[in-house]
Amino acid sequence: MQKLTDRSKVVSDKKMTFLEKIYLPAILKGMSITLTHFFRKKSTISYPEQTREFSKVYRGQHVLKRDELGRERCTSCGLCAVACPAEAITMISAERKPGEEHLYREEKYAAVYEIDMLRCIFCGDCEEACPKEAIFLTDRIVASEYKRKPFIYGKDILLEPLDPAKRIDISARQTDAVQKFKENKRFAHNK
Amino acid sequence: MDWTLYIYKTIFLFIILLVTLLVAMYSTYGERKVAAFMQDRRGPNRAGPFGLLQPLADGVKMFMKEEIIPLSANRILFILGPSIAMTTALLTGVVIPWGATLSFGGREFSMQIADLNIGILYVFAMVSIGVYGIMIGGWASNNKYALYGSIRAASQMISYELAMGLSIVALVITTGSLSLHEIVQQQHGMHWNVFYQPLGFLLFLICAFAETNRAPFDLPECETELVGGYHTEYSSMKLGFYLFAEYINMFISSAVISTLYFGGYNMPFIDQLGLSPNIVTLLGTAFFFLKIFGMIFLFMWVRWTLPRFRYDQLMNLGWKGLIPLAIFNILATGVYYYFTELT
Repeated sequence: MQKLTDRSKVVSDKKMTFLEKIYLPAILKGMSITLTHFFRKKSTISYPEQTREFSKVYRGQHVLKRDELGRERCTSCGLCAVACPAEAITMISAERKPGEEHLYREEKYAAVYEIDMLRCIFCGDCEEACPKEAIFLTDRIVASEYKRKPFIYGKDILLEPLDPAKRIDISARQTDAVQKFKENKRFAHNK
Repeated sequence: MDWTLYIYKTIFLFIILLVTLLVAMYSTYGERKVAAFMQDRRGPNRAGPFGLLQPLADGVKMFMKEEIIPLSANRILFILGPSIAMTTALLTGVVIPWGATLSFGGREFSMQIADLNIGILYVFAMVSIGVYGIMIGGWASNNKYALYGSIRAASQMISYELAMGLSIVALVITTGSLSLHEIVQQQHGMHWNVFYQPLGFLLFLICAFAETNRAPFDLPECETELVGGYHTEYSSMKLGFYLFAEYINMFISSAVISTLYFGGYNMPFIDQLGLSPNIVTLLGTAFFFLKIFGMIFLFMWVRWTLPRFRYDQLMNLGWKGLIPLAIFNILATGVYYYFTELT
């Protein structure tokens, strides 16, 4: 039979030799192994002081992006909710009133936009489905809570701040390959 | 005996008690650090600098825990168990020579509380009584796991005490004395017994591991099979006493091993330095503690290297391995001294 790895060993139940029987050489060998580990570099990350570096494309807490003028990009089309395999996204649409052009980019916007973080599996399909480049996953971690209710994140948490200095950087997720893929989004969905 | 001697002995007794408790306390810290380092971790480092206050935090935690005595347990024996374990563990330190003599104002003060002429036997007696702490605790719990643990402890202790005693007999043949003080004196100048009794030392070491219930012989508290072994039903500081007694035992047996086989407070090349006797004594004590800490490290090192024995393997090793070897060791030593003394 073909071996799965080259590390497998043939097991035998041959009689142990005298040296094996008294165990001492094996014990000394084991102790030397633990001693080398004693002086080895520790693999611990001391958490509050150090944090583990995330992958650039880590899929964490979502952000609802604004455009350059600070208007909400989301038009409440519902494609993300349709794409969501966990059915974590719900939204209620509303019509933009005259005088709200500086708040919303298009005539329709999401009055309520909620993601249930307990249902979300962080697959990133919402991001892929979005035709308006409005929702992105970021490298932020969803904080733990004591109750279920606070896990339903509304626009107050998801929407990025208006202040340009406090915008959430998602450039790492928008590499050339991603941009190119997004160009052909219409076909990508038909896969 | 006059009053100064009484006062000195009392003070020294308290110092030894405190040092024993302190070392045992920081052994728990050391154990966790050693375990962590051998597993590529960092170990406790939050309470105080380098986590040095961790033992205190653990102690406070132990005291704050709810004290539970099961309804079906025998209350008196249940409390007696950890008390015996703790008391006997602390009593052994009395006969160990912690250093040579200090002289103040023309008077000599021995750094040994009681120089019994049968010091070794006293140590054995105390260790044997220590088994009662575990046995009574396990019995009084009225829990089958605790009972299993204590039965295991009892049979393990009896089996390994035999081999331990026999390995000591060979040592007594070489030294010709049962007094720990004299045994240390004879090892002056690198005449350490470990060089004369290597086999005896190995046997004694293995038995010491078994006697202190340390891995790979920690079957009485074997978590994987017996929940918690003899201390399954114990909580709060009574559990703490059992665990603490184990660390005191480890400290004391390290001290006994250093005394019997590694020359106690004797330092190599101390005579050539030409220091005043008091400094020599203090240096010797420091060196003695260095040896003890080395032994404690060995205890921990072995614990975090070897897996636990199976019970039949344990009994096999004890009765078919160590005891015949110990008897052979006695025989060989006896024959050697018989013929060298003839010529």
